[in-house]
Amino acid sequence: MMNKNELQLAFRAAFPSTIPILAGFLFLGIAYGIFMNVSGFGAGYTFLMSLLIFAGSMEFVAVNLLLGAFNPLGALFLTLMVNARHLFYGISMLEKYRGTGLKKIYLIFGLCDESFSINYTANIPHGVNKGWFMLFVTLLNHSYWVLGASIGGLFGSLVQVNMEGLEFVMTALFVVIFIEQWMKETAHHSALLGLGLSILCLFIFNSGNFVIPSMIIIVFVLTLMRKQLEKKTGERTCQ
Amino acid sequence: MSMTLLERMITIGMVVLGTMMTRFIPFIVFPSGRPTPTYIRYLGKVLPSAALGLLVVYSIKDVKFLSGNHGVPELISIVLVALLHIWKRNMFLSIASGTLVYMFLIQFLF
Repeated sequence: MMNKNELQLAFRAAFPSTIPILAGFLFLGIAYGIFMNVSGFGAGYTFLMSLLIFAGSMEFVAVNLLLGAFNPLGALFLTLMVNARHLFYGISMLEKYRGTGLKKIYLIFGLCDESFSINYTANIPHGVNKGWFMLFVTLLNHSYWVLGASIGGLFGSLVQVNMEGLEFVMTALFVVIFIEQWMKETAHHSALLGLGLSILCLFIFNSGNFVIPSMIIIVFVLTLMRKQLEKKTGERTCQ
Repeated sequence: MSMTLLERMITIGMVVLGTMMTRFIPFIVFPSGRPTPTYIRYLGKVLPSAALGLLVVYSIKDVKFLSGNHGVPELISIVLVALLHIWKRNMFLSIASGTLVYMFLIQFLF
């Protein structure tokens, strides 16, 4: 059984790695809350949607779905398309989430871009319970998002400071995590493929449609290169 | 045209369902009790780096590179974040500086 000290230890290790998300999610959450408000949805909707959906970009899309004609199947398929990238995160986390017991259900529920990138690349200190570390990262991210969205929904119209551009904090975080992963690995084929093929697809398809073709081509090329890459990545650190 | 409360709840429910499907499917198809096929284990090993690359591009997907300011503020800030991080390897420094520079660029220069 976990005792209180071990939980505190995991929490103290997890919190610092989520601070950039605190800034990003409070800001984006507030922006989302304001957007909901302007679109005619009260703070109750904002709270409920940020709590249950917990997938930032999809929640913005969902506002448009709610304002359009009722089309539940259309909503489902659009969500599957927008969030298809989560499939990559799931396949990547199969091993890391192994043996986390019941916590696994919440870990999977909260597997957003940010939870994935932090939990996948985190150097969890020795002696800290991995399952609880990842759970706290996910829970903190989730709380920041719900908190930001609720603040935006309740008080959004009062915010006066010019925060234009703060959303870049998420891009900066992903760039930093990409570099951290780059420094850890011995072969960079996959990182370069992911970056290059996504940029290529972004220019060929538009911003709303490029993710699925990118994913298909990435998997296709990685499958073709399997023999070659399995040799190279064999020694890669897997903590 | 406005939806009823029930229709709204169903729509939100569909978005929740779709999101959860994309998150749970890999874990349902490859449960931890059974050995994962070697091909999927291979993908699990090589996909993360590619997924992180995709995520970087995804986060700037709505930048207009072919018109307006051609994504110059984004590119300057990304290069700054990358160089700073390779040099100092301090997450907070890289993220905070990059974000502040970006905010300055789009609020005052572009």
